[in-house]
Amino acid sequence: MGAAFAMTLRRDLLIALRRKSDAANVLLFFVIVASLFPLGTGAEPGQIRAMGAGVIWVGALLASLLSLPRLFAADAADGTLEQMLVSAQPLAAVVAGKIAAHWLTTGLPLALIAPLLGLQYGLPADALAVLLAAVLIGTPVLSLVGAVGAALTLGVRGAGVLAAILVLPLCVPALVFGAGAVTASLSGLDPSPHLSLLGALLAVSLVFGLWASCAALRVALD
Amino acid sequence: MFSALYTYASPQAFYPLAGRMIPWFASAAVLFAAAGLYVGFFVAPTDATQGEAYRIIFLHVPAAWMSMFIYLVMAGWAGLGLVLNTRLSGMMASALAPTGAMFTFLALWSGALWGRPTWGTYWVWDARLTSELILLFLYLGFIALKEAIEDPRRADRASAILALVGVVNVPIIYFSVQWWNTLHQGASVSLTAAPKMAATMLAGMLLMVLAAWMYSIAVSLARVRAIILERERDAAWVREAVA
Repeated sequence: MGAAFAMTLRRDLLIALRRKSDAANVLLFFVIVASLFPLGTGAEPGQIRAMGAGVIWVGALLASLLSLPRLFAADAADGTLEQMLVSAQPLAAVVAGKIAAHWLTTGLPLALIAPLLGLQYGLPADALAVLLAAVLIGTPVLSLVGAVGAALTLGVRGAGVLAAILVLPLCVPALVFGAGAVTASLSGLDPSPHLSLLGALLAVSLVFGLWASCAALRVALD
Repeated sequence: MFSALYTYASPQAFYPLAGRMIPWFASAAVLFAAAGLYVGFFVAPTDATQGEAYRIIFLHVPAAWMSMFIYLVMAGWAGLGLVLNTRLSGMMASALAPTGAMFTFLALWSGALWGRPTWGTYWVWDARLTSELILLFLYLGFIALKEAIEDPRRADRASAILALVGVVNVPIIYFSVQWWNTLHQGASVSLTAAPKMAATMLAGMLLMVLAAWMYSIAVSLARVRAIILERERDAAWVREAVA
């Protein structure tokens, strides 16, 4: 089981490494979206500081959505996914490996660049630390929930938009608690309840997201 | 008991049964609605603080309750179909979804019209309002996924998984007014305590809830009959039934 997880993780990371521009484009999209907001709303320092966390979170949400087709679609197209399904290895381990690789190539870079964007929004240092922590805990949730959406819409016409419609409402709690942690820290409150809830959300989506992705893949390739 | 359940799990057997049940539930809905509206508009007293504006609860509360309840029933049917692989379950789930979405929309809309005179605003980003809005998105996502997949069996199973994942939202809506300090008032009615409202108001509201419930059943049965005909259109019995 561990071997299947490690093999899939290694394989998907290797593929991502050989197509560096895919991951880089998602990151670039994130930076551009976050830079557009002050241009659209006006860059009054108090205002952009107040909305910074929300904008960065929405940007991260959209960026991780854009990268969802990479998760299963290519493997489904060339038949690899079908082989993974019929192999003796547990599907959950394989899917967990793919989701982990997706997070390492999408969520982790997003989390690492988020404090830099926070700096542009004038967030103070302690809020930046909270932002980094929140995005680090929250992006795996986005990958897990996103995997469900990607698996459900596999091979369906208009899959991209449909996956977004399915995934975005389910990601709202992550957005609320993730941005809430930073807002709490900005107003001098303790951000740890928000971070704890975000952690609880990660635990729940680890169980349900993995189960639902596997079930959805079985349905899609039946 | 169980043999009857097995019999009616087949769309062919359920189709005439649903046809026979529709008039009963439809007339019950009309009767309850007439009684509820009479009690609500002519018997129930004017509210001390909200005046006449409160009377929208006779629409708002039933719609809000049904929006959550129908989601649970829909997810229950969807889960049953996923586990037992029965065809009718998926059809029931798809028949319930539009009615649930309609009630969710109605709850939001009537809530906005109620919010304007009492809170001074149509919309606030309050936990309960927002989670009800997410419920609407979940219904629409369920319908969209079902529409997008050509093969009806695959559509049933894929949307069943989505419905089950979305169930998490229902307790969040229900308990949001307890968990967060919000503008939306807490529950006035509970099973464990005396209701915090006049008896006639409560009676009118419960009659309207029953009306909404009966209406949902009647409409879903009518819709599931249409779905059965569409899905089983190549079967001989459908040709006979339609001819």
